[in-house]
Amino acid sequence: MSGAMEQLYQQLIIEHAKDPHGKGLAEPYAAESFQVNPTCGDEVRLRVHLAPDGALERVSWQGQGCSISQASISVMSELVEGLPVAEVEALGEDFRALLHTRGEGLQDEAAEDRLGDATAFTGVGKYSARVKCALLGWMALRDALLQAGTSTTSTTSTTSTEEA
Amino acid sequence: MTTTLDPRAGTHLSAGELAAVRADFPLLRRTVRGGRPLVYLDSAATSQKPDVVIDAELDFYSERNAAVHRGAHQLAEEATDAYESARAEVAALVGARPDEIVWTSNATAAINVVAYAISNATAGRGGAAARRFALAPGDEIVVTEAEHHANLVPWQEVAARTGATLRWIGVGDDGRLRTDELATVVTERTKVLAFAHVSNVTGAVADVAAFVARAREVGALTVLDACQSVPHLPVDLGALGVDFAAFSGHKMYGPTGVGVLYGRRELLDAMPPVLTGGSMVEVVTMESTTFAPPPQRFEAGSMMVAQAVGMGAAARYLRELGMAAVAAHEAEMTRLLLDAVAAVPGVRLVGPADQRDRVAVVSFVVDGVHAHDVGQVLDDAGIAVRVGHHCAQPLHRRFGVAATSRASAGVYTTADEVAAFGAALATVRPFFGLGGAA
Repeated sequence: MSGAMEQLYQQLIIEHAKDPHGKGLAEPYAAESFQVNPTCGDEVRLRVHLAPDGALERVSWQGQGCSISQASISVMSELVEGLPVAEVEALGEDFRALLHTRGEGLQDEAAEDRLGDATAFTGVGKYSARVKCALLGWMALRDALLQAGTSTTSTTSTTSTEEA
Repeated sequence: MTTTLDPRAGTHLSAGELAAVRADFPLLRRTVRGGRPLVYLDSAATSQKPDVVIDAELDFYSERNAAVHRGAHQLAEEATDAYESARAEVAALVGARPDEIVWTSNATAAINVVAYAISNATAGRGGAAARRFALAPGDEIVVTEAEHHANLVPWQEVAARTGATLRWIGVGDDGRLRTDELATVVTERTKVLAFAHVSNVTGAVADVAAFVARAREVGALTVLDACQSVPHLPVDLGALGVDFAAFSGHKMYGPTGVGVLYGRRELLDAMPPVLTGGSMVEVVTMESTTFAPPPQRFEAGSMMVAQAVGMGAAARYLRELGMAAVAAHEAEMTRLLLDAVAAVPGVRLVGPADQRDRVAVVSFVVDGVHAHDVGQVLDDAGIAVRVGHHCAQPLHRRFGVAATSRASAGVYTTADEVAAFGAALATVRPFFGLGGAA
């Protein structure tokens, strides 16, 4: 086994995949999104639960897929809990940007600090076929927030084919 | 130089012959992932290409390129000759007449030609001769649960367009088709029976004779997906007696962008066209058009001539190797792959465990590890396998899994490569912190 595998499958990723956070659909919820990765059949159903002040109280989800996709949803669920929606969306943008650095990292310490454990997925960016695995849950979250009407970004639609 | 195997050698390739075959494929010389030798076990997805195929395309563009079937100049003659010679080469490989071979952009397109011709006949196109293809509510189309989406979705669409009903033959726990269900699922209402010669997931070879016999009893058309058989087994479509067959160039050591629809001559003669326009006509007036005979009737517009020439070179390459020798070598790889998968604790085969009537397409599940993660760890060892549902979601659903990993051999696969695969497979569960046993 090469060091590349340890770098890709960080211990944090393997642990989250084994014991994921936020798994199990909860009621009531503001909106739900179902996303599939058509190339491999990975799927996630994700619900957003909003606080009275409109912040994202938490997400709950059910899904199946590879360790990268499952761990990414789990880390995301921890990360976004209790945050204002605008901050969640900014994190999502940072995470998408991180995954497109081909493993180089964002070169932006503040953004990486905000992403916290999600920076464990930096190495995934080296494997273009796996980027969509790490983004599956984030796509579901963005879509669910749009559906909940809380999104601060434009509503020019998200589609399951948008991210490569 | 093309390698030629001695057909008298009989059952398998000698070490020297196999080395010579491998030398025909330039890509096999490269390394991956930091200098590791490539172990390419993804030939069921797409095969690598021998020099003769690459050279045939290069030669066509360098020496012969011109529009085919038009023009009076020498280049046009040479290009047309190359295009039609390639058709004859492919026909000879699969026991067909050249005029029974229609070039298509891929195997999916070939199946869709039949599907849309049926729809057009249903709409009254093609006149009285085409009425035999028309479908109506109450008619049935039968497929199998093992089909690649390419031989399933077009039939769902035909059913939706014509009002016909789609039914299917099941798959047993052993991964083989429930041939016994032919007697009950295929009835007098069945008009089309579409099935894969070899499953691209289980590797199981269908009992084509039983399918054809039952279809003939009830007067149904047979459509064979031969993508996974033509590159790996001796296939004589005429002798098999199927009405239509589809296969692709890129899986039989040929180029991408080209495939073949085979149709029995009398059926192609009666079938209305699908794509219409230039090159497929006889007389065109402002009011109406008469169509060329097949195969040109189904080859509208400028075709993929260089790729067709490349596919012809691939067919010649296989014929010169000898399909019996190819099949014998790959049968040995089948045995080694099945043994390799069986030897690793926590790895479950999806498909027949015995070698009878199966090819070297071996799909499996690693307990506790998703197929993508399996593929990633194998890739790190330089081993290329396919992961996912392999365009056969219903078959995966049948086995209660979303995805499998699939190792598939080609004529260039070696015993050492299968051993490397087995060794790397044994590292997968331990890497993810799982015990050796399930």
